[in-house]
Amino acid sequence: MSMAASHEITAGFMPLFDSVVLVAAGEVGFAAREGIELKLHRETSWANIRDRIAIGHFDVAHMLGPMPLACSLGLTPLASETIVPFSLGLGGNCITVSNAVWDGMAAHGAAPDLDPSRAGAALGALIRERAAAGREPLRFAVVHPHSGHNYELRYWLAACGVDPDRDIEIVIVPPPFMTDALATGRIDGYCVGEPWNSAAVAAGTGRIVTVKALLWRNSPEKVIGARRAWAEENPNALAALLRALHHSARWCQDPANRSELAALMARPAFLGQPQAIQMPALTGRLQLGGGVERSVEDFFLPFDKAANFPWKSHALWFYTQMVRWGQLPHTPANLAVARDCYRPDLYRSALKPLGVALPGANAKVEGALKTATPVGSAGASLVLGPDGFFDGQIFDPDRIDAYIAGQKHV
Amino acid sequence: MSAGSLTILVIDENRIRASIIEAGLRDAGHRHVTVIHDVAGIARRIAEIKPDVIVIDLENPNRDMLENMFQLSRAVKRPIAMFVDRSDQASIEAAVDAGVSAYVVDGLKKERIKPILDMAISRFNAFSRMARELEEARSELENRKVIDRAKGILMKSRGLSEEAAYALLRKTAMNQNRKIADIAQSLVTAAGLLGPLEGG
Repeated sequence: MSMAASHEITAGFMPLFDSVVLVAAGEVGFAAREGIELKLHRETSWANIRDRIAIGHFDVAHMLGPMPLACSLGLTPLASETIVPFSLGLGGNCITVSNAVWDGMAAHGAAPDLDPSRAGAALGALIRERAAAGREPLRFAVVHPHSGHNYELRYWLAACGVDPDRDIEIVIVPPPFMTDALATGRIDGYCVGEPWNSAAVAAGTGRIVTVKALLWRNSPEKVIGARRAWAEENPNALAALLRALHHSARWCQDPANRSELAALMARPAFLGQPQAIQMPALTGRLQLGGGVERSVEDFFLPFDKAANFPWKSHALWFYTQMVRWGQLPHTPANLAVARDCYRPDLYRSALKPLGVALPGANAKVEGALKTATPVGSAGASLVLGPDGFFDGQIFDPDRIDAYIAGQKHV
Repeated sequence: MSAGSLTILVIDENRIRASIIEAGLRDAGHRHVTVIHDVAGIARRIAEIKPDVIVIDLENPNRDMLENMFQLSRAVKRPIAMFVDRSDQASIEAAVDAGVSAYVVDGLKKERIKPILDMAISRFNAFSRMARELEEARSELENRKVIDRAKGILMKSRGLSEEAAYALLRKTAMNQNRKIADIAQSLVTAAGLLGPLEGG
């Protein structure tokens, strides 16, 4: 039975819950079944992951969705061409504030219901009140400048009338340090993935005020980034890896595997956090603080709703936000790089032999599906959406110029 | 300008390693070297120190924060970029392999930075080697202890001489293609489970 592995693949990951599909692929046997010896390496910063991908220590890695774009667009040092053949899931982040900020928001009409519009309006009122009183601007943290966290925090604030560059300060803090920074008052709030929101609530030092799944339902978060040169030289290894990740993601989505999955991630080599604190990400049942519990539909999807499909419209939306916040100019050359970074063609060709349902298109109009909608090819069923932005905006990747022109700071 | 005129900041949570690098830089004639172990309040420190070169260990989880700050912070007056020269792939690999990275202010010539990076790489490697040797020595000591205990168990339970007990351990290890220390550990564990409580 012991078949020698045909492919050896080295993968980097950060200790975050949404590395679970990659971790389970290695630890539950999905990679081995595809003839892959998957070597997982835990890293301490996204910069290390970027550097080790660039010099070839890693073939692939768990990455922030916009990070391969930033690498391919040359926005970072040691940038190398990085492609995205697989998405590691949808949703999973929250916005958490300190108890003091929550009290201020509550005084301006916030309720513990996660409603992004209501929470945003209250935060905006608090920020203006503080500014009028001559107080320091609030300081929010995100994990990286090229992250879904940075863009969704800014999107939310801007839509609620807060200029994220002028009215608050945004700093970078590594995820495991967020709760401590909040508790000690070095930051007033943050946007981060689980379990670092539930951890602050459990410690009694923070309140969850809204979640990614309500800001933009079924929105992209982490991806598999692959060094383009490696992917081109090793097409069979990459295809085998994508099939292993597909089976792993299906296993991770199955509620029957939740406790096994939480036990796996609890190991010190992976997340190293207690099982109980991982359950909110798995069940969507969140403790918001102050004894309030809320269930969020599609809070984190590792597999359902075509969660692993690397939509070009997701990459292009990230690109529009890089332009919006001044990280790069909108030029035909930059747009072309952004358009080529996510690779649904590789996903499709790897999964074709499995006969599973695949989306018919490479991009979609984001925010267009108001209800769950069956789509798909290959004779199997696939359900997408609902996928709306909380402010009712639509992102049509075919009308990207108009979308970029219509974006404002506030 | 002499080597000593550059201002260098070393950010490393590992105090021993940091002091080894600091000593190396001073030996090379650098007089303006500052070492920081804790990144709290680092923007202010950088504004005060105005470093030309920043050396940082890759284990530091604050690297993303620091990179962002080098690019954006109002406190950091001069733009600081990662020390990267695409033509020098070997140098980049050596640095990442050693676990160190360097950032420099805009406009500094490569020839002035290269010796500093090379110094940091060699000192990081020396430190890793030292830590590895220390770990090996520690585990060697542990191994010897457990082998002695296993020998004692065999001498007592099977009436063997010390030499014969060791020969038996070695033969078993060879037959099973395992290390003597592993066989000894298994024996000590088994004896603990089966026999009377050892040593109370």
